[in-house]
Amino acid sequence: MIEFVDVVKTFPDGTTAVDHLDLTIPDGAITVLVGPSGCGKTTSLRMINRMIDPTSGQIRIDGKPVGDSDPAELRRGIGYVIQAAGLFPHRTVVDNVATVPVLAGTPKKKARAHARELLDRVGLRPELADRYPAQLSGGQQQRVGVARALAADPPVMLMDEPFSAVDPVVRDDLQQEFLRLQGELGKTIVMVTHDIDEAIKLGDHVAVFAEGGKLAQFAPPDQLLADPTGDFVAGFVGRDRGYRGLSFTTAEHLPVEPADTVVEGLRLAVDGDGRALGWDGDGSTRLPTEGTFTASDTMRRVTDLAILSPAGAAVRVDASGRVDGLVRHATVAEHLRERQIERLRGHGRSTAGAEG
Amino acid sequence: MEFFSDLVEYLEINYSTVLQAITDHLYIGLVPVVIAFVLSLPLGFLVVRYSWLRVPLLTLSSVLYTIPSLALILVIPGILQTNILDPNNVVIALTIYGLALLVRTTADGLSSVDPLIVQAATAMGYKPVRRWFAVDLPLALPVVLSGLRVATVASVSMASIAALVGIGGLGQLFTRGFQLGFYPPPIVIGLVLSVALAVLADLVIVLVQRAVTPWTRLRQGA
Repeated sequence: MIEFVDVVKTFPDGTTAVDHLDLTIPDGAITVLVGPSGCGKTTSLRMINRMIDPTSGQIRIDGKPVGDSDPAELRRGIGYVIQAAGLFPHRTVVDNVATVPVLAGTPKKKARAHARELLDRVGLRPELADRYPAQLSGGQQQRVGVARALAADPPVMLMDEPFSAVDPVVRDDLQQEFLRLQGELGKTIVMVTHDIDEAIKLGDHVAVFAEGGKLAQFAPPDQLLADPTGDFVAGFVGRDRGYRGLSFTTAEHLPVEPADTVVEGLRLAVDGDGRALGWDGDGSTRLPTEGTFTASDTMRRVTDLAILSPAGAAVRVDASGRVDGLVRHATVAEHLRERQIERLRGHGRSTAGAEG
Repeated sequence: MEFFSDLVEYLEINYSTVLQAITDHLYIGLVPVVIAFVLSLPLGFLVVRYSWLRVPLLTLSSVLYTIPSLALILVIPGILQTNILDPNNVVIALTIYGLALLVRTTADGLSSVDPLIVQAATAMGYKPVRRWFAVDLPLALPVVLSGLRVATVASVSMASIAALVGIGGLGQLFTRGFQLGFYPPPIVIGLVLSVALAVLADLVIVLVQRAVTPWTRLRQGA
């Protein structure tokens, strides 16, 4: 657990980067600090490993004030990943990864062997180990950066815009890979980004910072989309937050109609195994279903399927792929309306993990 | 052909003098570079670390570089109370010139290191001294060693001046030639050898540079 207790950081030029920050970052989860540039999110991140010391207030890791530790010792126990990876260009990939263990006194040979295992773990081919960073693509470099941060197996990892220097396709791969890895490792991760979509996609908790170093809201991403506190957060999370919020709700409570219901003059055709073939009308050609969903899929997918369907109905299947019901978009809309009323009246929220 | 037989004859008679001149020349030319290089590292560090030192130190080094070499060599015994024929006068003078060149290039090399990489190293848990030798200095080496090449060639070439104040080195072969009524063989031998030594020293540094900075010659290919 990382705690910020009334932390203030004022720079010598008089600007206040962080203004009375109180924040408790939970263990084993991804916490994303997000906000416009100059909002103090990076300063806050760097105060955790004492790259910057606060003007006043205290930061504690597991109850222990970071100010009590020797900075170098403290940093060796905290993984650190930065934009464009920040790899050492004069060292091979394997030596980059072995950096922290070697600093901490692990024999070089042992540290290198472990580094090779880590490279495999982050999805890099073994022959890349002996190359220099300049010989790798941006995405590969970023993976090396993650492997380097993991080398000493730190419980806490700090990531400063880790995916912003790569193109969108590679970024998406890296993000998925990162979530998979975190699923295995369960580290306490603090990540900084200026991209609210990335924050919502990756964060278990999102801290939105406003200009002037004030914390505007700290909440799980679905709550951020549904109940932004004030105009700043609402504006920052974006205009289509209602639609994006559907990614955090599953279709499990959605009422279905029997699969043989005639919808808008169309009837769903199924084969002998109960699989959807398409929509049949009066003598016209069979129209495609555009896909199916299961009860564990998100409302976003159901809504999308209903919009795409020629009958205006999404097709639900069970785990084995057999059609077991239909949902019209009118039903989806009504279900969402009821859910929103419930939410605004402060009742329980149904949440699911981030999509993907 | 008469010229070449004169050359050979001169070498046969004076080979020990020529050998001595080569050793002296290397001593006078290279020792200053080594001293200047070692001194330039902490000075370059200071210039980069304390930016207020940059202007005074680099201006001083530029001013020192403009002092005519002969004047400097003649002034040094007066200041340091050394013997006028002491070869160390020349060594000290050339060290000053070497330092004037190298402080600037070492500072430039250290400034050229990407601050993001240095920051990453600090965040990994490097303490300042170890980080400087493990990260800052190696990354500055391409620029630092380029400066060292220039300084070495300049120093080995300038070492000939020592003969003008009666100290050894290949410059002696020039003065010998002039004294013998512009007799070409020693002049040509001295000239060829001093150029050869400068080129050789440069080549050695290039080879060292290739060996210690392998990452600078890579092309992306993943």
